[in-house]
Amino acid sequence: MSFPWAKHYEPTTDFGRYMDSRLPLPRLVYGALGAGYPTPKNLNYFYNFGVLAGVALVIQIITGVVLGMHYAANTGIAFDSVEFIMRDVNNGWMLRYMHAVGASFFFAVVYVHIFRGLYYGSYKPPREVLWLLGLVIFLLMMATAFMGYVLVWGQMSFWGATVITNLFSAVPIVGEAIHTWLLGGFSPDNATLNRFFSLHYLLPFIIFGVIILHVWALHIPGSNNPTGVDVKGPQDTVPFHPYYTAKDFFGLGVYLTIFAIFVFFLPNALGEVDNYIPANPLSTPPHIVPEWYLLPFYAILKAFTTNFLFIPAKLWGVLAMLSAILLLFFLPWLDTSPVRSNSYRPLNRIFFWVLVADCILLGVCGGKLAEEPWVRIGQLASAYYFAHFLIIIPLIARFEKTLPLPNSISESVLAKYGRTPPPGSAGSFGGTMPQPAE
Amino acid sequence: MVRLGALGVGLVFVLALLWGAVQPRDAVTPDPVRALHLAPTEIEWSYRGPGNLGIFGTFDRGQLQRGFQVYKEICSACHSIHRVAFRDLAALGFSAPEIKAIAKGYDIPSIDEKTGEPTTRKGLPSDKFPLVYANEIAARAAQNGALPPDLSLITKAREDGPNYVHSLITGYRDAPANWKVPDGLYYNPYFRSLNVAMPPPLAADGQVTYADGTKGTKDQYARDVATFLTWTAEPKLEARKSTGVAAVLFLLIMTGLGYLSYKRVWADIKRKPASI
Ligand code: HEC
Ligand code: HEM
Repeated sequence: MSFPWAKHYEPTTDFGRYMDSRLPLPRLVYGALGAGYPTPKNLNYFYNFGVLAGVALVIQIITGVVLGMHYAANTGIAFDSVEFIMRDVNNGWMLRYMHAVGASFFFAVVYVHIFRGLYYGSYKPPREVLWLLGLVIFLLMMATAFMGYVLVWGQMSFWGATVITNLFSAVPIVGEAIHTWLLGGFSPDNATLNRFFSLHYLLPFIIFGVIILHVWALHIPGSNNPTGVDVKGPQDTVPFHPYYTAKDFFGLGVYLTIFAIFVFFLPNALGEVDNYIPANPLSTPPHIVPEWYLLPFYAILKAFTTNFLFIPAKLWGVLAMLSAILLLFFLPWLDTSPVRSNSYRPLNRIFFWVLVADCILLGVCGGKLAEEPWVRIGQLASAYYFAHFLIIIPLIARFEKTLPLPNSISESVLAKYGRTPPPGSAGSFGGTMPQPAE
Repeated sequence: MVRLGALGVGLVFVLALLWGAVQPRDAVTPDPVRALHLAPTEIEWSYRGPGNLGIFGTFDRGQLQRGFQVYKEICSACHSIHRVAFRDLAALGFSAPEIKAIAKGYDIPSIDEKTGEPTTRKGLPSDKFPLVYANEIAARAAQNGALPPDLSLITKAREDGPNYVHSLITGYRDAPANWKVPDGLYYNPYFRSLNVAMPPPLAADGQVTYADGTKGTKDQYARDVATFLTWTAEPKLEARKSTGVAAVLFLLIMTGLGYLSYKRVWADIKRKPASI
């Protein structure tokens, strides 16, 4: 894509001209991440998280490939091989801590990235496909992280795998067959570990591929921005390079600093101590929990305690947990408000923050034993989650009175710095109303 | 259509959840274990450095050696440290001949070269500390049905590990009147079920005689052995922290420079009113 005022790549050397007519890679980079990509000039720090997620994936792949050189996917020695990495492989401890902490950070970054999209309405036209691809990445990440956690073959690996794969057996009639087929047996064992390693190695590269599509889909309409108002003209944008390369570099520095603090000083703070006990199929840990980033979904799974409409509670839990993610795929068509950014949606904004609090609360419930008051809190919090997306959002979109939008990005930027726009600079390119979402 | 369908699905889920939420709950009797269970006491560990923060600080080699001595003289009767090799003891400040001598003191399972029969040989520095029991069944048979876990990773495998080990082995006491301890078990409020199968390993002050003149008290033994077990669980702890200090310093400088260049690049946009 680009806006008409985008700068074009001009090869400056003979070699540059030679390549440009054969494999125009520099042209691609220039247009995608360089001065040839005009970007809204009002992006805030929340817009750093996309690049951070990409970096997090690269860190996972690099550390993972090296771990894979020393890891042994065999139930008899998997745990020992991880300890071998920690003790005897050169800097193996660093690789493994980077990989384990990196997975947590990857999710943290992606969660901020998703909520950023929710707040600024980035899932709305013309960015629906971009949003859907993001959700595909999120699903693949969850599968990857789950299987990676099993590779350690500690107690939580084994019992987490047992609990999660057991969910498939809730499916009527074919459930048991699917369960056995997925595991390659009746409970997690060597066949399971082997296929999980194979898939854990494969999926990140598929994620990489989907990220390419995701970025491609981003570059067609260009980035959304905190006002949610479309780019109207050159006064609204700056070239990606050097403006956002500089800002992303600074953001990356902050991210890596916090990451390093966890890797080097708190490497096990985000993990479960039980996973330092080798897997033992004969000894069930008192409290089986997934990693923190899956806890909200785990809470929804556990929230169904009674049969309802002749459907058993367990099946409800599985359906709800799946739906909790799948409903996000419908969001662009559930929220029909023509205004993207919650900065101009006073009512929706309140519910947005309630949703944030609700998701955190779900995470807390997910980590608790099945006891009151947590079960009931978990049920109410899950009910809100579904009500939020499936009932409240569509209704608000219909009845909310939104605030007046700025005429353009540059006008809102000037307002922020207390200046009035020079005459004729704003709104001179096309209409000022965003397109309705349908 | 999408919105109508969503409304329907949403209502069904919400109703199913609310239905569950309004169900009466079984009355629960408070768990007596939880009332008596104690969290481990927080200790200032020398290897955690100033403020017990775990940023600076290195292992005290003397303390590691004392902890190893406690392990060897007391705990090793029941617990292995099978992930540790004799050669790793170099990190405790032992010299190569000392390590050789320590290794020699252990019998390692082996195969007789002439007959092929199982036998044992003297340990070498490259060997791991041998298992105490050949397998779990043997361990349980000897330990009244309980299994003494391998201690190599114990400080990482328990919540608040080093403090826990210290509290556990010094925390034996008489059970309160309302608590019945089954035969063969011992009351210990730090253990998850309060009844632990391990007999109190630290019997009295003076049980172990330290060569370096440190006074032998039960508390000192517990601190030393917990420090030693922190090392066995993470022999690379010192490298981790020193690398971390360097990495964070580097990243802070890099980030600071990144911030300056960011401000500089954006100066023209942020200062003068944008013009077309
Ligand atoms: C007489 C044998 C014996 C000796 C000596 C002994 N232990 Fe134990 N230990 C056990 C047994 C048996 C268990 C298992 C307890 C249970 O599961 O109830 C155990 C369990 C443990 C545990 C794990 C508790 C838990 O949370 O599961 C730790 C830690 C421990 N011992 C530390 C030590 C230390 C440190 C020493 C040396 C100072 C030591 N033990 C000496 C027999 C012994
Ligand atoms: C999407 C990117 C990835 C995510 C989210 C991810 C996540 C995880 C997680 C959560 C663990 C368990 C960590 C622990 O507790 O030790 C793990 C382990 C592992 N991963 Fe990955 N991973 C990713 C990419 C990769 C890649 C590309 C490889 C290449 C082979 C890889 C190889 C391994 C290996 C060998 C282990 C087991 C050793 C260990 O526990 O450190 N991972 N992964």
